[in-house]
Amino acid sequence: MSTHLHNPPLLAVRDLCVEFATRKGPVTAVRSVNLQVAKGETLGIVGESGSGKSVTSYAVMRILDRAGRIVSGGIEFGGMQLHDAPEDMMSDLRGREISMIFQNPRAALNPIRTVGKQIEDVLIRHAQATHDQAKAKAIEALERVRIRDAARRYHAYPFELSGGMCQRVVIAIALACKPQLLIADEPTTGLDVTTQKAVMELVRELTRSEGMSTLLITHDLGLAGEYCDRIVVMEKGEVVEQQDTAKLFTAPAHPYTRRLIRSTPHAAATIRDLLPDDLRLPLPPTMIVSAEPLLEVKNMVKQFDAPGGMLQLLRNRGKKEAGYRAVDNVSFSIARGESVGLVGESGCGKSTTSAMVMRLLDATAGSIRFKGQELTAVTAAAFARSPLRRELQMVFQDPHESLNPRATAAQSIADPLLRLEGMTNSAEIRARVEALATQVGLQHELLDRLPHQLSGGQKARVGIARAISTKPELLILDEPTAALDVSVQAVVLNLLADLKAEFGMSYLFVSHDLEVVRLLCDRVIVMRAGSIVESGPTASVLSSPQAEYTRELLAAIPRPAHLPSHTAPVVEAVRA
Amino acid sequence: MTDAVLNSPISAAAPRTSAWSRGFAHFRYVMTSNPVTFLAFVMLAAMIAVAVFGPSLVPHDPLATAADKALKPPTWQHWFGTDQLGRDVFSRVVVATRLDLLISVSAVALSFVCGALMGACAGYWGGWFDKLSGRMLDTIMAFPLFVLAMGIVAAAGNTIQNIVIATAIINLPFYARVARAEVSIRRNAGYVQAARLSGNSELRILIAKILPNTLPPMMVQLSLNMGWAILNAAGLSFIGLGVRPPTAEWGIMVAEGANYIVSGEWWLALFPGAALMLAVFTFNLLGDGLRDLVDPQRRT
Repeated sequence: MSTHLHNPPLLAVRDLCVEFATRKGPVTAVRSVNLQVAKGETLGIVGESGSGKSVTSYAVMRILDRAGRIVSGGIEFGGMQLHDAPEDMMSDLRGREISMIFQNPRAALNPIRTVGKQIEDVLIRHAQATHDQAKAKAIEALERVRIRDAARRYHAYPFELSGGMCQRVVIAIALACKPQLLIADEPTTGLDVTTQKAVMELVRELTRSEGMSTLLITHDLGLAGEYCDRIVVMEKGEVVEQQDTAKLFTAPAHPYTRRLIRSTPHAAATIRDLLPDDLRLPLPPTMIVSAEPLLEVKNMVKQFDAPGGMLQLLRNRGKKEAGYRAVDNVSFSIARGESVGLVGESGCGKSTTSAMVMRLLDATAGSIRFKGQELTAVTAAAFARSPLRRELQMVFQDPHESLNPRATAAQSIADPLLRLEGMTNSAEIRARVEALATQVGLQHELLDRLPHQLSGGQKARVGIARAISTKPELLILDEPTAALDVSVQAVVLNLLADLKAEFGMSYLFVSHDLEVVRLLCDRVIVMRAGSIVESGPTASVLSSPQAEYTRELLAAIPRPAHLPSHTAPVVEAVRA
Repeated sequence: MTDAVLNSPISAAAPRTSAWSRGFAHFRYVMTSNPVTFLAFVMLAAMIAVAVFGPSLVPHDPLATAADKALKPPTWQHWFGTDQLGRDVFSRVVVATRLDLLISVSAVALSFVCGALMGACAGYWGGWFDKLSGRMLDTIMAFPLFVLAMGIVAAAGNTIQNIVIATAIINLPFYARVARAEVSIRRNAGYVQAARLSGNSELRILIAKILPNTLPPMMVQLSLNMGWAILNAAGLSFIGLGVRPPTAEWGIMVAEGANYIVSGEWWLALFPGAALMLAVFTFNLLGDGLRDLVDPQRRT
């Protein structure tokens, strides 16, 4: 980049190629990648899964796994050649000059050492502290990432801290030796939006005050747009565009960048806006929402008892210990043909609520009426045999985890047909499975694959096909796109909207992503700590939120200034 | 991330092939990718062949005594020499394969089935059954296992059936514990919840959805246990319990031969001992290969 010619870049990657040895021969994961990070600059690498963005950063750190190797190209860091540096030099640089923040903070921390000790380890390893001053320095590091009561937290184990706190500790470890370059690999994936905002702002502030450079790797264009000076867009192992942030959003040059920006829900007015032009179809007909409720939940409560061991059982025979109320007095209803969003941060009870409605979990108190019938009359364990089972189905959050690893796609889709529809003729079942596959846009030759042989989007389609196979009236979607790339998310969301119109289903859409809810739902319910804080038509709740908490949630969504914000009103359901 | 890179390039137009041919292709891949696994399977095949056809192929009657040929060192006529009664050691070693394999395979199969079911129920439903079976297994583990097997055989009677049962009982805790752990981490997995929504009964979920997924670690346990079971059966015979002379069995042969090592007749104990070692070695090598075979993630 011409602007950085005057002073040499801190990190320069030149024509980097990385290959992985696989069963089917070598696969090139990164192909002639060029990028530079200047001193004090924040560079974002954005791309979808498989784009090679993480592999690039692993190559810089030289922590590729055994199957991967740098085939050609150079990595220069502060005048040193890293691509062929000996391992002892690299292990000296890692943590001291280049640090990394990983995606899952809990997995990055040693579960059986206190967090303070783990910070000390880094300090002592890189001779930044002696044994006697290490503790004081570690506490100081904890204070710097704004962990309250740092002296006490020093003795905490990772499991005693929340996800956001763990990520702060990881940041404290990464910054303990004041490195020149910080690599953050999806640092906020899996964290709530409000936590994400806090963590990202902390990273920005600390790196700025120390004059560090940051390499932010993310799939979220919105996040990169808000926090990066420059953005590199990667696709299939190659850099397709490299641009200043403002310019990237206002005048994207590469078609892939344009598609990526389009798929990001922030800017879209309708769900169809997410799709590339050649895939755009007319909007699905607006469903007529009937006044009669399909599902009515009244004063539902779920109480989890405090875990009791043998001793506790003996000690307080008879008396029950106060447990934890995951869902506290929740009431709502869903009309026929309506889609309702259930929004909240992790631990707010939205998944517990949906599990109770789905009859996977028994409610402690309250009533759930579906088509006028009381669902709580049948226990969750016996509900598999209820005739209502086929009317209530669910699409799970993690498309991979919700498919049996030993069952082919066809077997997974056929399971409800076998058990709930009582179909026995294998030719008939195959025909139905193929028809369902067509409806969700899954190629028939993929039906004989095992889950690990399918991509994320394909697995999501299998999960949806399975859920709609019995033509349920109420479908619960538990963050169905949380594990998917934005472009895949765009396609899946549109598929869901079309299927809803086609089958006349009602949706309960559980999500933490308000932007997605805005596009898909007629009404929204905001939950916090087990109770509903606000509910109402999506447009009015999102444009003029009444509850303080809803406002907080909305403010925490990363919204780059350069992205055109949506102006068109949310499609409102016609009430009959 | 890396996985996504590695798994993505699958051609969409792969031809549909039968489950059998895909299974065979996978078997061939597992064999060729790891030479040790290949060696183990060849050795296993050889051992099974010896067990099946051995008795009808051996050059001498394993039980025929010949006082004039007692304690002869290995010759071309008697490859492994002869024992104190003039019986051909080679023939006896070959014939014993069937009995030793039979005892260990049936014992391991018995403890595999019982242990897996017990552990699976404990892991899936928990509650009183979990507590009860857990303490019961702890009790078994509290004994030195070989001594326990000795006690069972001595008390129940000196028959092959009792050796099998004793060996099965001492191996039971290993399977039950592995199965319990593997089932309990999967009991609320996404695909299990999905199976509940699909109207599967709890029993069907456990047997048809969860248990098959616990097979890979169970297979490793299985192959290790096969080796132990053979050693255990031979050990019982060695100390005079279990199979009784003059039946050809590796343990007895080692026990009888041991008396003659001091006087220089080494071949009596060496050859059955080597057979025993080879069998244990084979089963231990088999573990990884078996796991790769039953693990769907290993397929492409």
